[in-house]
Amino acid sequence: MSLLTFIIAVPLAGAVLLALMPDRRERLWRNVTHGALWITFLLAGWAFVSFWLEPGETFRFQQQIPWVEQLGISFHVGADGLNIGLLLMTAAVALAAGSALSEIRQRPRLFNCLFLIMTGGVLGAFASLDVFFFYFFHELALVPTFVMIGIWGRGERRQYAAFKLTIYLTGGALIALVGLVMLYQHTGASSFGMAEMIQEAKERPIPVNQQTAIFGLLLLGFGILVSLWPFHTWAPIGYASAPTATAMLHAGALKKFGLYGLVRLAVPLAPEGLGRWLEIFCLLALGNILYCGWVTMRQRNLHLLIGNSSVAHMGLAFLGIASLSLAGITGAVVIMIAHGLLAALAFRLSGWLEHSKGSAEIQELGGLLSQVPFFGTCLFLALLAACGVPGFANFAGEILVLFGAWDSLPWFAVAGAWGALIIGALYCLRAVSHILHGRVDDRNRGLGDMQSAALKFPCALLIALLLIFGCYPRILTDAIERSVRPLINPASAVAILPPAPETEATNR
Amino acid sequence: MNLSLCILEISVVFLGLAVLLLDLWTPPAGKRSLGYFAVAGLVLILGGSFLIEIPQTPETAFTGLFVHDGLALFFKRLFLLTAIGVLLLAREFAPRIPTGISEFYTITIFALSGMMFAASANHFVLAFVALELIAICFYILTGFLRHRTASLEAGVKYLILGALSSSFLVYGMALVYGTAGSMSLPEIAEATEATRTSPLFQLGMLLILVGLGFKIAVFPWQFWAPDVYQGAPAPITAFLAIGSKAAGFALLLRLNLSGLPMPADLLILIAAATILYGNLCALPQRNLKRLLGYSGIAHAGYLAMGLATGSQAGAEAILFYFGGYLFTAMAAFAVITIVSRETDTDDLSILYGLGKRSPLLALAMALAVVSLAGIPPLAGFFGKFLLFLAVLEQGPNFALHYLLAGVAIVGVAISIYYYFGIIRAMYWPRRTPLTSPIPTHLTLQIVIVISILGMLWLGMLPGYLVEIIDQSLNSL
Repeated sequence: MSLLTFIIAVPLAGAVLLALMPDRRERLWRNVTHGALWITFLLAGWAFVSFWLEPGETFRFQQQIPWVEQLGISFHVGADGLNIGLLLMTAAVALAAGSALSEIRQRPRLFNCLFLIMTGGVLGAFASLDVFFFYFFHELALVPTFVMIGIWGRGERRQYAAFKLTIYLTGGALIALVGLVMLYQHTGASSFGMAEMIQEAKERPIPVNQQTAIFGLLLLGFGILVSLWPFHTWAPIGYASAPTATAMLHAGALKKFGLYGLVRLAVPLAPEGLGRWLEIFCLLALGNILYCGWVTMRQRNLHLLIGNSSVAHMGLAFLGIASLSLAGITGAVVIMIAHGLLAALAFRLSGWLEHSKGSAEIQELGGLLSQVPFFGTCLFLALLAACGVPGFANFAGEILVLFGAWDSLPWFAVAGAWGALIIGALYCLRAVSHILHGRVDDRNRGLGDMQSAALKFPCALLIALLLIFGCYPRILTDAIERSVRPLINPASAVAILPPAPETEATNR
Repeated sequence: MNLSLCILEISVVFLGLAVLLLDLWTPPAGKRSLGYFAVAGLVLILGGSFLIEIPQTPETAFTGLFVHDGLALFFKRLFLLTAIGVLLLAREFAPRIPTGISEFYTITIFALSGMMFAASANHFVLAFVALELIAICFYILTGFLRHRTASLEAGVKYLILGALSSSFLVYGMALVYGTAGSMSLPEIAEATEATRTSPLFQLGMLLILVGLGFKIAVFPWQFWAPDVYQGAPAPITAFLAIGSKAAGFALLLRLNLSGLPMPADLLILIAAATILYGNLCALPQRNLKRLLGYSGIAHAGYLAMGLATGSQAGAEAILFYFGGYLFTAMAAFAVITIVSRETDTDDLSILYGLGKRSPLLALAMALAVVSLAGIPPLAGFFGKFLLFLAVLEQGPNFALHYLLAGVAIVGVAISIYYYFGIIRAMYWPRRTPLTSPIPTHLTLQIVIVISILGMLWLGMLPGYLVEIIDQSLNSL
């Protein structure tokens, strides 16, 4: 059994165990849940460290079990630079979200069970090297999300939000599935293995027209999953209505599935298709950055502000992927990890505020930095990270994307990406001044700070990871770069990059 | 003449007669338990079917009317399993039937024999007789609740429209016979190109499609389905949804694989329209059986996608889909049969609070709708996956298939709304007068647990069934 199989199996086994437990043993249920999350996190941490100490040329921690041999589907997990960081991030986010489980008062066992299934699904999706299981695990996480928002969600509109999120995500996943099946059929590989498909496509590239169609489907399908503008509307309301733990895990980890799919499959298998779609892709990503950034500025509710800003942040990751350059894609992967940690942190904080104060309307807030210093400091750091201040992992990713975008993307995309930094700074600083500074609202006088270690630890963990990856990004980038390099097919990259000097010389 | 080939059908008919005879010596109080006898008999026959080997080449009986091969055997096992579940549901349903529970069992068994003959039909005559046997049994069963207008109305509607469709079918068969000179499928398939392209032959095939399209309830021959599903007793609705539909598909597949495919473009249009119609009409439904009726139409559309491919992969996908649909629909109808016991309605509101009243039933229903929606790790997902695979495989040959896949995606996305609405009804906190726990008889608990395990098994370890299907189809 490989380490990764354990990492996926532990939360799922925890869910089954929980379902079989005797009634009315809330303490026991909580211990099982937290135990499963801790084991998962420690295993993922171990995997990350051992990968970092001894990176291999191929996938590490591999395990392959044939599943449906007639169709070439097998359960195949493995880690390389692209997903090892995502796995660690997911495990950390799940562990941090575990601290929000105590907010659930009604039917806690069912909630914990669903949460563990969702965690297992996300980890499985990132660990899978087989296209079928990649999709399978993602969908596994979908139904729990729906039920969690519907039953334990907050606000009047949670029914609407639950249905909207589920319909969007199912539709997006199905569109992506059609693209994936077409990839499988056009590569002529007799297996759903990602490595086999990529190998096959290297030897016999898919014709350009088909690449274009496939990339279009993957862009639309995965785009909906990552809240690509204008298909993003499920995200802010979905997160605002979701219980804290669900919002953290979904916004932090599950949403990165689409980006991961684009990098893992669309970039190596349909690079010329990406070239055909480049302008549209960039325009849509700019929609995320500029339009959603603008929408974020106008938000009056902290949940919605965070939800919208998390949509806006996806734009830069899209641009990084569109650049099809080493720096750009590496940066996109770093953003995925950094944003995962950041989104989880932000939703943890807004969820705590909602839970202890009863609402998260910004106009009722003010002066929280002095009133609740620990919360205030964490939120301050989160907002700094969100506007890309150096020292946080987000900065490392964003700067790499800008470098990557500089000479491979159209001018308007580069300009828009720079604009993103300004817009981000605007709404983050406004939030700081409205929420953290200023006069303390009388209604908040009685608000107590995050006191217990159980509340403080998850925030500290997420901030620490953000800072570690921010101050020493090579922990991530070395491994990512090694894995991205073979994905970028040099032969097709030339078509969309400006001609290299040597070719110009020979032309003359 | 090789009677041993139809040993399964003969046993089923004798079982039906035995139930009818036993009824004479059974006191009224014990008649309900005759269902156990019938189920035991069917279980034995199902077990016996595994002693029958799939022949290397198809074997025929009755001068070629009857064929025994892997496809037929697969469908027969499917029908037997369905009937076992339906009879157990019928036993649960028995107190709601005023008189004649033994006849209810017997006619169900006769309908089963019709389905099994349909699976083996290799000749228009046997196909027509088998279909009529099924249909006449269902006319009676649908209207069995004579004290309820809805049931009677359903029975009469089914009778009139069914008779109409049969006349189309028989007219089509006559036209094909008139041009091709034979009613045996292999012989028709050998007809010359000139014959097969003649307008009369094609009109005949088209009329046959109309007749069979009625049985499987695809657009535009679907309008009987919601009324009949709603009015019929719940076990019979399950039998219609699974068995009767599968019988129609068995015949269409038989035509396909005999080299008499229906035109692909027409099937694509039918499938696309059916998917959209079924899903869109299911959206506003409040009556559970009616909702499942529309959802059944949508599923007929998905299955017709497999037919439209005309390929081996499409046929495999259809067989797998039915395997999954059997467990899924059985779970859903079992829950409806039990829950509607106290309230005597099928409104969605009877599910309110089910998550607390009976966790097992709620879990079964939730898994069933998730499986119907095609979400992993349940059987419905892998079935849809195979269908998509088959349809997209044909895309490069005929671009309309891509459109079909697109329509199917839209359909699935729409269906999420009403399927998850059922989950909402069961689990969301609501005020409802129904709060007492629901007692569930042991046999039905077994049916439900087996259905749940079946859905999970086919969703998580589909390899075994895929292999069986491969073997079944390779014998053709």
